[in-house]
Amino acid sequence: MRYFFLFFFLSIAATLGITGFRGGYSTRTPLQVFNDMKNQAKLRPQTDSTFPGFADGVSSRPFPAGTVAQQVGYQDNTTWKNDPFNTGRDFSKGDIPNNFVEVNPVPITSELLKRGQDRYLIYCQPCHGAQADGNGITKKLGMSTVANLHDPRIIKMNDGEIFNTITYGKNTMMGYGGNVPVPDRWAIVAYLRAIQLSRLGSKDDVPAPVLEKLK
Amino acid sequence: MNDRDPAAQDCGGPVKQVSVMPSIFPKWTNLLPLKLAVAVACLGGAATAGVWYYWTPKYSRVGYQPKQPVAFSHNIHADQLGIDCRYCHSAVERSWFSNIPASSTCMNCHSLLLKEDPKLALVRDSYTTGKSIPWVQLHRTPDFAYFNHSVHVNRGISCVHCHGQINHMEEVFHAKPLSMGFCLDCHRAPEEKIRPVDLVTQLDWAGAVDGKKLVNDWNVKPGQSCSTCHR
Ligand code: HEC
Ligand code: HEC
Ligand code: HEC
Ligand code: HEC
Ligand code: HEC
Ligand code: HEC
Repeated sequence: MRYFFLFFFLSIAATLGITGFRGGYSTRTPLQVFNDMKNQAKLRPQTDSTFPGFADGVSSRPFPAGTVAQQVGYQDNTTWKNDPFNTGRDFSKGDIPNNFVEVNPVPITSELLKRGQDRYLIYCQPCHGAQADGNGITKKLGMSTVANLHDPRIIKMNDGEIFNTITYGKNTMMGYGGNVPVPDRWAIVAYLRAIQLSRLGSKDDVPAPVLEKLK
Repeated sequence: MNDRDPAAQDCGGPVKQVSVMPSIFPKWTNLLPLKLAVAVACLGGAATAGVWYYWTPKYSRVGYQPKQPVAFSHNIHADQLGIDCRYCHSAVERSWFSNIPASSTCMNCHSLLLKEDPKLALVRDSYTTGKSIPWVQLHRTPDFAYFNHSVHVNRGISCVHCHGQINHMEEVFHAKPLSMGFCLDCHRAPEEKIRPVDLVTQLDWAGAVDGKKLVNDWNVKPGQSCSTCHR
């Protein structure tokens, strides 16, 4: 019996020694004893694919060039392109580089501004800062070219051009078209206009009773 | 020996041992059943305890921390730089799947910052050649179970409940078991975890909120029938 207990406690110690405790860190893939249809013969997003049609071997497919996603409701690329909502461009001005629409095609509501603020804080704040003055965290760490969005040039810019900057980027800023869907881009444009306006106000815009209080 | 043995009394001689039968079981076997019972109980107990302790995602998954091809740190990016999770995992509110960012997302900043850093060589290669970075996937529900990020994130369930304090991790590890029991614990009592939707990506948020009221107001009813997740 002594030997049994000796063996017993040694093997418990060995098991604990080898397998460790719950929550210990490990670089080993979790063991799967029974597969149980855990891995089925289907493609998951962002994984490798051996399907011969996918030349780059990736399961998530990029849009083929010049196509429009079906769910946006356009049958062909030309109609899609001619709607300023999609491109920020007004082709009735001609097919020229700066045929941007002047005004946001989406009606401005408080929900839109709220959405825009939310999206701005996610996607633009790291560089342009919460105040849009170009003092985001990356500026402090050495990204010197970040633009101050209160710059008069940008204030005078057409809404469509800002939309275009979000979609495709501009000079050293890269595009956010892949991350921010079209309606959210217009929401950001609307919100950006609101912050710009907040710095353009003068004393005369403040209602008299409030001004009294501030004195 | 028996002192009522007539033969022994009669002859008065030295006591004579009468062997009735050779014993089949030697004396040491008297304790054998007990010892066997103890041994079986010990082994059985140890095996049960071992399975209970080890044969569960709480052991097999929690703490899984594979080596990633690029030394990307959530602590630097999400906590110190304060980038929102959705800047990179931008599909998390819109689809079942939370995407790993494309290398162009990294290049938004790293085309200007740490341009020459050798740690980012793979990211630059991937961006110029279009070949994906081979990130190792940690969290994965089995294919027979249906999971959806957007339904949780848009109903005020924070990443922290299912992924732990990602914003403080140098390297991501699997922090929660994500077993069926884990999912159901919350589906039975969402009021303990729910929070205002705009705080979902604030993993450090520790304020108090009337969960019962939110659950009631938003009519949150996470399913518990099998077909909710096994569809
Ligand atoms: C990774 C950092 C970064 C992020 C994030 C970022 N920008 Fe920029 N942005 C820049 C830089 C850098 C410039 C200056 C580009 C230049 O002129 O070289 C710039 C310039 C601009 C300009 C001026 C373009 C012009 O015509 O000169 C606008 C408008 C702008 N950004 C809007 C946005 C909006 C809206 C967002 C959020 C969707 C955003 N940016 C997110 C870095 C960033
Ligand atoms: C700057 C971009 C960026 C930000 C911001 C970011 N992540 Fe990540 N995340 C990544 C990358 C790249 C990976 C893949 C590499 C890895 O696992 O470390 C990843 C991996 C993960 C994983 C593990 C995925 C797997 O393989 O199962 C989780 C979970 C995660 N992130 C959650 C979060 C949460 C929660 C936040 C917000 C606090 C966040 N991330 C912010 C880029 C980012
Ligand atoms: C919003 C801008 C931004 C984005 C987007 C971004 N990074 Fe960074 N990253 C930084 C900054 C700023 C630093 C430098 C931090 C410092 O100096 O402490 C950094 C540092 C790093 C480092 C070096 C860390 C170290 O230990 O020195 C790596 C590696 C890195 N990033 C990888 C990535 C990857 C991979 C992605 C894409 C998933 C990414 N970054 C996206 C801003 C960004
Ligand atoms: C209710 C639990 C839950 C919540 C809340 C949650 N996740 Fe997840 N997450 C999961 C599960 C389960 C998986 C594995 C899914 C799969 O099979 O691909 C996962 C996977 C991921 C992955 C890896 C995807 C891959 O395939 O590599 C990332 C990145 C991620 N989550 C980010 C987030 C972020 C960011 C949030 C918060 C905005 C979040 N998650 C909220 C449960 C959750
Ligand atoms: C922290 C709480 C929490 C955790 C953990 C959690 N859920 Fe949920 N789940 C919810 C809430 C809240 C809802 C939303 C219910 C609603 O909208 O009425 C939900 C909804 C769902 C739905 C959609 C239900 C429907 O009616 O369509 C599915 C599917 C689901 N969860 C699967 C899972 C799986 C799988 C896991 C484990 C990986 C999980 N959940 C973990 C809270 C949670
Ligand atoms: C909230 C979502 C959810 C609900 C509801 C749910 N399951 Fe599950 N179930 C899961 C997940 C997630 C897994 C995978 C767990 C893992 O990976 O460890 C799972 C795994 C299982 C497994 C184990 C398969 C294996 O080989 O490990 C069985 C069996 C199962 N479920 C049966 C059921 C039955 C029966 C019901 C109804 C009473 C049910 N489930 C309801 C989410 C759910």
